[in-house]
Amino acid sequence: MNASPVIEKAPKVGETAPAKSGTAVTFLRAKLQQSLAFGTLIVLVIFFSIASSNFFSWSNISSILLATAVIGILALGTTFVIITGGIDLSIGTGMTLAAVMTGIFLVNMQLPLIVGVLGGLATGALMGFINGVNIAILKLPPFIATLAMMLIAQGLALVISGVRPIYFSGVEGFKNISLGTIIPGLPNAVLILFLLAIVAYLLLSKTLFGRYTFAIGSNEEATRLSGVNTRKWLIVVYTVAGLFTGFAGVVIAARLDSAQPQIGVGYELQAIAAVIIGGTSLLGGRGSIMGTVIGALIMSVLINGLRIMSIQTEWQNVVVGIVILIAVFTDTLRQRRSAT
Amino acid sequence: MKTGKKVAALAAAAAVALSLAGCSNGGGGGTAESSGSGEGDIQIALVSKGFQHQFWQAVKQGAEQRAEELGVSVTFDGPAAETEIDGQLQMLQAAIDKKPDAIGFAALDPEACIPLYDAAESAGIPVVEFDAGCSSEYGQSIAKTDSLGAGALAADHMAELIGGEGEVAIVGHSQINSTGVERRDGFVDQMEAEYPDIEIVDIQYGDGDHLKSADIAKAMIQAHPNLKGIYGTNEGSAIGVVNAVGELGLESGELTVVGFDSGQAQIDAIENGLMAGAITQNPIGIGEEVVQAAYDIINGETPEEVIDTGYFWYDKDNMDDEEIAAVLYK
Repeated sequence: MNASPVIEKAPKVGETAPAKSGTAVTFLRAKLQQSLAFGTLIVLVIFFSIASSNFFSWSNISSILLATAVIGILALGTTFVIITGGIDLSIGTGMTLAAVMTGIFLVNMQLPLIVGVLGGLATGALMGFINGVNIAILKLPPFIATLAMMLIAQGLALVISGVRPIYFSGVEGFKNISLGTIIPGLPNAVLILFLLAIVAYLLLSKTLFGRYTFAIGSNEEATRLSGVNTRKWLIVVYTVAGLFTGFAGVVIAARLDSAQPQIGVGYELQAIAAVIIGGTSLLGGRGSIMGTVIGALIMSVLINGLRIMSIQTEWQNVVVGIVILIAVFTDTLRQRRSAT
Repeated sequence: MKTGKKVAALAAAAAVALSLAGCSNGGGGGTAESSGSGEGDIQIALVSKGFQHQFWQAVKQGAEQRAEELGVSVTFDGPAAETEIDGQLQMLQAAIDKKPDAIGFAALDPEACIPLYDAAESAGIPVVEFDAGCSSEYGQSIAKTDSLGAGALAADHMAELIGGEGEVAIVGHSQINSTGVERRDGFVDQMEAEYPDIEIVDIQYGDGDHLKSADIAKAMIQAHPNLKGIYGTNEGSAIGVVNAVGELGLESGELTVVGFDSGQAQIDAIENGLMAGAITQNPIGIGEEVVQAAYDIINGETPEEVIDTGYFWYDKDNMDDEEIAAVLYK
């Protein structure tokens, strides 16, 4: 691998992405989009605070943040995938498989804590890597490749666990990964979410990898023709998403102090919804980590607030669905406007 | 020579795979579908609501035990999630196509199964039911828990534990399927009828997902500062509530948690006082009875129309009693 010519070409690739509408407009649009999402979040918090006197308290905010952790971490990883114009449906059950493997390493094999956790992360990364190979080398559509992986991960989680939960009760310190409080009052799972968000932000906006992620999403063919090994970078993108899935697996296992092999289906859609609400385009080439974090917070503030107000579960789903529709609609509206 | 080496390599790989599978199953039941008991000519196909929850694993265990005793073969199928009504019907169709001597069915939806019961009838295959029945007349016997009664028993104990007055809430596992509905209604009706000073302030549904149920319970506790108790209607719901209590750092006893079904986590929670107690069904008994009923019909006998396999309240004090310990599963 000689990296230097690739680096030289990078700025050119960067320019192809926003060329349609001009860099300044893109920049403004991105800011507007984030401030809109952020504004929505603030409005929701104010609304629920007025609607219920029990909403705005530190203990509830801490609950909301903790409830955001798992979906938020999944959403961070999948932001990269969606920016390339792809999709990853395997993150929900993949998370479950990573949790189960962590259980196998720590409980069945009695490996040291750090080894077991790294094993769980590696499980996620490996699934992501296989997704990447299937999509970049075998040219399978991302939807199909990751749908297959979703089923494979679901099946393997059940087979490997023997269709039984694995309890970590004997593993010293495992639960603290999510529920300990290095910062008093703030569960570690939330800290992990924020640290991972910073890492994801740096990866996406400050590295070559990030620039190629955008470039592939804007125009994969042009990116390839300009000399970038798009296949290699696509594999890296899916592997990174898989690694985040692994983190989510460890965090959910630690929070439940058990690996529950039957859950996970549906988590991928919540994560994808958070990414979309955060302004990342399903068409690729556009998105931000900040947006995803805000999107995930909007989802959990909304769900928590509706629960606090004792709104029926059925109606909660309806409201969340409507919010997703509005988010995507305003996004397309903005795009249309800035295109003219 | 070359083939010899290949075979040896394959054998080694197989051995590794087997040992891995062995260790990961922890000696547990594994996932084989047939009980492999004897060469029994009699085939009974069971189509369950699922297989992933330990409850269904226990039903399966009971079915296989009884099949072995009777010298018959059983197969046990079920959809991945209890929302997959269509998938379950396809499994029932496949079971009919295999032409077993009898079918045992636990309906996810009481109406959708009717046409397939007609198909089984015209194929001459008797159908018995377990856990939840189909509205068709053709089902000849059902082995199940009286869920309304079980919900009422949960209400009685909740009322006693909180001193007959105050606010309680329910974290349900389904607002659709019959067990979810009846365990809730049994509880609600009993509270309304017998305990006028107890108010049910909220009922929400977490699909039996531990994480979702924990977040729901935390929101409930937040929204109702005077809440005295929460009833979780299945294992995942109840453990979610226990997790919420743990995460909020409530003193044990500050909030009375009543659960449903067993499993290691609930047994632990009861032992360490986070959960006051729970209702257990007799899943092994359900599995045994449905196979027995099928066997009886095949042999020309008439089993009872409804076989009540029973339910029990268990807590710290009676957990080790023989009768209770026999129906708890880990």
